[in-house]
Amino acid sequence: MTITLNHFSAAAVFALFASVVFGITHRDTARDMIRYGLYCFVMFLGGVLVAGWAMWLLRR
Amino acid sequence: MANSTTDRSKAANSETVSMMAILAPAVGWLIPGAGHMIQKRWIRGALLFISIVTLFLLGLAMQGRIYRANGGDILDMLGFVGNVGAGALYLLTLANDWGQGAIAFATADYGTKFMIVAGLLNFIAVADAYHIAVGKKR
Repeated sequence: MTITLNHFSAAAVFALFASVVFGITHRDTARDMIRYGLYCFVMFLGGVLVAGWAMWLLRR
Repeated sequence: MANSTTDRSKAANSETVSMMAILAPAVGWLIPGAGHMIQKRWIRGALLFISIVTLFLLGLAMQGRIYRANGGDILDMLGFVGNVGAGALYLLTLANDWGQGAIAFATADYGTKFMIVAGLLNFIAVADAYHIAVGKKR
């Protein structure tokens, strides 16, 4: 079976799973885990979007 | 009398903790999330298992490459360190000769990174299981 993800969906999948692990392992309480996981997810995807737009600007 | 009972109970408890401090990381390395599950952190263990295993399997399905111990190149060795963190998944992949395709397109390279990161994330999960076992974390 072969799966082909585009750049953004690959980044989103990566961000989702990495954020879950970061949230669980870096915080002590369930509430903090969820908050930190969401923070990491937003930062991952935000970083991807910012880097993407930065590269678009550099290319012009 | 009461003191000796308390001492014995404390000794038994510390033995259990030290046993768990070895067992939880070992089991957690072999099966992602299992180090948490044997300490009755069922939901955390299940989420870790799903996240790490899915990331690794997606990497394989994206035709990612698996690294071996005798890669030669320093970057290959680093890739091996990352891959080996996935424990049984890595051993299973090697045993079945999966992940041997040449990286011919971008998503295959993503797949390779997915598998390395899955292993590295499992190392973090193993450290977390250890911290729970020694009482540093609840």
